[in-house]
Amino acid sequence: MGKPKFAIYWAASCGGCEIAFLDIREKILDVDRAVDLVFCPCLMDTKYEDVEKMADGEIDVCLFNGAIRNEENLHIAQLLRRKSKVLVAYGSCASEGCIPGLGNLTDDEGICRYSFEESPSTVNPEKVHPQKSTSIEAGELTLPGMFKYVRTLEQVVDIDYKMPGCPPVAAQIWAVIQTILSGDLPPKGSVIGVSPKTVCEECDRSKDEKRIKEFLRPHEIGEVDPDICLLEQGLVCNGPGTQAGCGALCPQVNMGCRGCYGPAEGIKDLGGKLAGAIASVIEADDPEEIQRISDQIVDPVGTFYRFSLPGSILGRKI
Amino acid sequence: MKDDGKKKRIGVFVCHCGVNIAGVVDVEKVAELLKDYPGVEFSTDYVYMCSEPGQQLVLDKIKEDKLDSVIIAACSPTLHEKTFQSAAELAGLNPHQVEIANIREQDSWVHPDRDKATVKAVKIVKSMVEKAIQNEDLEPIKVGVFKKALVIGGGVTGLQAAMDIADQGYEVIVVEKEPSVGGKMIQLSETFPTLDCSQCILTPKMVEVTRHPKIKLMTYSEVESISGFVGNFKVRIKKKPRFVDEDKCKLCNECADVCPQIVPDEYNMGLSFRKAIYMPFPQAVPGTYTLDMESCLGTLPIRCGKCKDVCDAQAIDYDMKEEIIEEEVGAVVVATGYDLYDMKALGEYGGENYEDVLNGLEFERILSASGPTGGKVQRPSDGKVPKNVVFIQCAGSRDPENHNSYCSKICCMYTAKHAMLYKHRVHDGNAIVFYIDVRTGGKNFDEFYQRATDDESILYLRGKVSKIFKEGNKMIVWGVDTLTGQKVEVEADMVVLAMAMTKADGVPELMKKLKISIDGNGWLAEAHPKLRPVESLNQGFYLAGAALGPKDIPEAVAQASAAAAKVGALFAKDELMHAPTIVPVIEELCSGCGICVSMCPYGARTLNAVRKVIEVNEVLCEGCGACAAACPAGAAQQLNQSDSQIFSMVKAILRG
Repeated sequence: MGKPKFAIYWAASCGGCEIAFLDIREKILDVDRAVDLVFCPCLMDTKYEDVEKMADGEIDVCLFNGAIRNEENLHIAQLLRRKSKVLVAYGSCASEGCIPGLGNLTDDEGICRYSFEESPSTVNPEKVHPQKSTSIEAGELTLPGMFKYVRTLEQVVDIDYKMPGCPPVAAQIWAVIQTILSGDLPPKGSVIGVSPKTVCEECDRSKDEKRIKEFLRPHEIGEVDPDICLLEQGLVCNGPGTQAGCGALCPQVNMGCRGCYGPAEGIKDLGGKLAGAIASVIEADDPEEIQRISDQIVDPVGTFYRFSLPGSILGRKI
Repeated sequence: MKDDGKKKRIGVFVCHCGVNIAGVVDVEKVAELLKDYPGVEFSTDYVYMCSEPGQQLVLDKIKEDKLDSVIIAACSPTLHEKTFQSAAELAGLNPHQVEIANIREQDSWVHPDRDKATVKAVKIVKSMVEKAIQNEDLEPIKVGVFKKALVIGGGVTGLQAAMDIADQGYEVIVVEKEPSVGGKMIQLSETFPTLDCSQCILTPKMVEVTRHPKIKLMTYSEVESISGFVGNFKVRIKKKPRFVDEDKCKLCNECADVCPQIVPDEYNMGLSFRKAIYMPFPQAVPGTYTLDMESCLGTLPIRCGKCKDVCDAQAIDYDMKEEIIEEEVGAVVVATGYDLYDMKALGEYGGENYEDVLNGLEFERILSASGPTGGKVQRPSDGKVPKNVVFIQCAGSRDPENHNSYCSKICCMYTAKHAMLYKHRVHDGNAIVFYIDVRTGGKNFDEFYQRATDDESILYLRGKVSKIFKEGNKMIVWGVDTLTGQKVEVEADMVVLAMAMTKADGVPELMKKLKISIDGNGWLAEAHPKLRPVESLNQGFYLAGAALGPKDIPEAVAQASAAAAKVGALFAKDELMHAPTIVPVIEELCSGCGICVSMCPYGARTLNAVRKVIEVNEVLCEGCGACAAACPAGAAQQLNQSDSQIFSMVKAILRG
């Protein structure tokens, strides 16, 4: 029996998840010894045909990163599902929709109209838009069509596990690989590569009750106290609702948690929960004052749903 | 979601409420459609579920069909939830397995369309079935009772409440911020409609309170904070230093005689002066002097220190310090009273600029035998007996645009009293009353008013006064008589304003600490305006007197006795049952971020920084759910109202 077969694929994503995979550094050699990487466009010259030729279930584990933005993403998601025994939604885009998912604040037409007509750096008097197919002398050129909205991997195919993070931290990736190699798989549907509770659990800052009179953005705060909860200092921090696992990387460097590890175990809608929680601790009784303080959160959707809009209950702008 | 693998057996009972529900909603159809809904074992409709046979039906069916949850589709749970919970209990079912689906207030009463209202009723009932599926049996939380009461305020209301509680055999602490008890009533001259001398009827009560073995009086003291919960409060009381030992003071007045500092006398509404060391009034309780350190010239011998020198009893102690006294009590009666609306707000009547424009309480002092003029009606500016006095009702009341929208209730009566007492003292004087309406609802009130108009020839003019200004030594009053439509100008020697009653100074801040809600005018909010008029929603707090809104003495006293009866009913129990629908912490999910701590209005949640989890005092938790809504980790889940239940309910409603 040969080595287990691994695949890593990127759909609508930035490529950071592959880089994170390489962040396990010299352990990549252990991985290479243990598994046979059969498909990974980022690292190897592999084609769709190579996958299509495989038998169903031939790939033992596929780490699928990226959201489902276009027809190509969907096609390969369905293909890899068929070919893989274990399909992992790897990284925030595949698990929750992540940054590409913020495209759900508009739709495909809105995005194209802005990108190809309205953006300040665009000069396009003929209003040329990308087309799904273009005829040239050599024949027909095609592009995969863009869907109206972004979906998560789970929303288009059956998945086995979710592994959140933008990107997942190397230590968690290595831990997951070790678990998979050990053959002792967690129950289907589990969120893997995370720690119990929320980012606050991993954050060493002292915490107290919270009564916020001003929200500040990082550039507006003079000096951040390194020992006190960032939220108590007026910096929006998504840590209280975000799944632990990263080791509280951002709060450690005076940056509020962005929320990339997605909703904690006990909740369904991270953005809604965070907005509710943070609005709750505004210290004011006067409606105008409350409005003034909440207006200091410049981009509420981008702040609270930055990584999780398509996977949330609302899913998109409605 | 708790899944113990056991399928629920739910009974649905749809009430017609006569035509209240059945007139709009097709109740038979609702009951019929619910029969097939997953989890529903039995479904029926009945004409009046709350009637004896209706309750019996529920009881029988629980036993017969071994139901482990029932949905009563009827009126608001505020009305009959308890009825059906106790019926269910009789049948051996845990009361927390009873759910009320409100298809009356939230459906039949607000929708005219039969079909649509029926569809909505079905949705409401289905959502409650979904909730019931996840309901768990809950047992009430038991807690002991500390049988000692705190009364805040030493006016007539507070004193009455204290007496009535103490007479039931329970200990009482009365906290009064002024140096003496007595409140506003002790400043009044006579009371309407009997013209009893106010002091004469109140001072016996004040004495009784000091002598009562069960009552501890703490004057010149303020409640700093109250923590804990019904039956088990911890109170911190700030005792201000009066620099005079109450027990040693012999009331010889020598200290006041030598004191060189004079300041306006609060008891006489600033119409006379007192010394910096003083007794507020001769019958003050406790009978002792108080050194008002803010007005004192200085206690060092080089500055003054005269009072200490002359005090043979050695009662004066300049080193007295503010003390914090901690007490444990089981119930609190809030009787913080009222203040008069600020004269400065009434610029059209001269604000505070005219000495001879007085408010009602100032005029009471002028009428009072113990007042600055010894009861002789003289005007403050020059001591002359005023021959023309104008009384203006509704000064600052019933004027939503500029002042207070409410009616101060007692002013009609006390203005009649003022005018009458003035006429009794100044026989040849003219009394003119400007009024909007004269409201005389009350025992013997209208007779009293008739006496004022008929027998005492007091002139009542229906209209408002637009302006008062001074010309020479007269006050010119511009008004209108709306019955004749004529403008009226009166040259008055003195004007008395029936000033609006308003919230007492410092009350909103204190109520914030006590977690007692107040209304838009700053009056304390009762738990229910009709059925729970002397209770606060914050359990263990009882409310009485003018702090709840304008009222006269008998009403305030009645509320005091009512609050005392409520305290007695609470103390008659050795153990209290606390509703178990609280919000505990799921420790596996909680990381101790602290957000819920700031949300909890009852101080039930504390952060354990070492374990990084929230700890909940389940007796303090009132189950309001604020923390559950705020908790971003889903670690705060209200029992029988979890996120999972709410999602299932929403789904059921959206599915239809």
